[in-house]
Amino acid sequence: MERRSSVVLLSVLFGGIALLYVPILVLIAYSFNASPLVNVWGGFSIAWYGRLLHNRQLLEAALLSLEVALAASTGAIVLGTLAAIALVRFARFPGRLLLTGMVNAPLVMPEIITGITQLLLFVSMVQLLGWPHRGFTTIVLSHVTFCTAYVTITVQSRLQAADRSLEEAAQDLGATPARAFAEITLPIIAPAIISSWLLCFTLSLDDLVISSFVAGPGASTLPMVIYSKVKLGVSPDINALASLIVCGVGVCIVTARLLMMRSERRRALEARPAG
Amino acid sequence: MRSTWAPGRWLIILPPLLFLLIFFLIPFAFAFKISFAEAAPRVPPFTDVFSFTPDHHLRIAISLGNYRYLLTDEVYGVAYLYSLRTAFFSTLICLVLGYPMAYAIARAPKSTQGLLLLIIMLPFWTSFLLRVYALEGIIRDTGFLNTVLLRLGLISHPLHIVRTSLAVYLGIIYSYLPFMVLPLFATLEKLDPTLLEAAADLGSTPWRAFLDITLPLSIPGVIAGSMLVFIPAVGEFVIPSLLGGPNQLMIGRVLWDEFFGNHDWPVASAVAIAFLLLLVGPIAIYQYYNVRQLEA
Repeated sequence: MERRSSVVLLSVLFGGIALLYVPILVLIAYSFNASPLVNVWGGFSIAWYGRLLHNRQLLEAALLSLEVALAASTGAIVLGTLAAIALVRFARFPGRLLLTGMVNAPLVMPEIITGITQLLLFVSMVQLLGWPHRGFTTIVLSHVTFCTAYVTITVQSRLQAADRSLEEAAQDLGATPARAFAEITLPIIAPAIISSWLLCFTLSLDDLVISSFVAGPGASTLPMVIYSKVKLGVSPDINALASLIVCGVGVCIVTARLLMMRSERRRALEARPAG
Repeated sequence: MRSTWAPGRWLIILPPLLFLLIFFLIPFAFAFKISFAEAAPRVPPFTDVFSFTPDHHLRIAISLGNYRYLLTDEVYGVAYLYSLRTAFFSTLICLVLGYPMAYAIARAPKSTQGLLLLIIMLPFWTSFLLRVYALEGIIRDTGFLNTVLLRLGLISHPLHIVRTSLAVYLGIIYSYLPFMVLPLFATLEKLDPTLLEAAADLGSTPWRAFLDITLPLSIPGVIAGSMLVFIPAVGEFVIPSLLGGPNQLMIGRVLWDEFFGNHDWPVASAVAIAFLLLLVGPIAIYQYYNVRQLEA
């Protein structure tokens, strides 16, 4: 009984993992297909990767997406870390429940609703204030919004686990609260901040729905260009591009995860009593 | 407790609070307002709800036409029910598939757990759009699956999967399975193994012990995972758009078409507000009481 159930469990586990990975692996394999026909293997080739370098539309969209991701993830770690400090360190303040709600809500809000409401905000703001015009600025602002939520959740749990007594000791020895925080607690939560920066970077790079609403007619991010091409059917250069993105993002995520795991292990070692 | 941070406190609280207030919460007020406007051929493409008459009187023009339209045009009701049904059954299948996966990871040796979790999480963070595209490459009529099955002689005609409900289900399960596994793992991992040993000592079969102990104690994980799959699945746009056909009308797609196809921003706003009230509202209230309970 015990053994048979283990076999069932493990086969579901590996079946599920196969379901998650087979499509991506097949896609990567086909990106090296010399034949432009998707269902015929025409030999190994890297021609599709070479063609990407000459596709101006894709290159421009990729550049815009990278700039947006850089700006949005950097903005999000600042706001998200501040929100995490506020929620963990200040037990009571007016607006605490509101902040908690606004930090958690973007995680469950269907993207399409966030996208349309933010567009309506931007359009109304332009009418009232003459700012911001749709394009880079509005995409960054909307990406910062959902990324902040992810940063806050990640940093919050790290901050909750951090030992406050060291910081209090530093203050007793005369350090200002800000200095005590910067020198003692900030290094402890740094891995969480770095890894959430990487996660935000990839989330921003990947966003299609919200960007489509707020980007306006002039700007196209990489997912928007990919989506419009994919709508027309499978194309081998998109296979090549997709493989590059999936591998690039994969490396980012594995790095982020390893950073977190290493710092957790170090913390576990430090927590162990000496001797 | 000493009031250590007192002067700088608001410097920390205000930036995220104001930012999220302006760019997350207030947009809903604008959507709410515009859902009472009417479409008009101008920039932006809707009439003013609030305006000033030449003699400086505030004029309020509220039109309930959009909401009436939602109730009378059956597309919206059909799309809403189809979205709910699709999301419900996809969530159920994710649960059936994800539970044993989470259970197997929770019982794996601690040293491999990290690796297994990373393997499950990795697709969750990699491009959603590209994964749906990759899946389409597998299941399309001339795709990998049909090519392999035809070669092996298992089928004589390609299977038509793309542009059916089956494709939408496959897409949602494929995309959201990690969302189910992670919270389930988190609760199953915390489970005290001595409870199961005690049950076994008292003569319970492993299956009985699972039903009596493990399953009831993992309910919070089941709820968390189901919500993480169900909510985004109901509002899903990319999957029905790339994998579904004209019959796989989900509310996210209707909203998109209303906006980008018909350029009817007020109706799109009304769809968004109605959707929010019908779906997200009840969940937000549930979460609110949950947070309150945790903080109390």
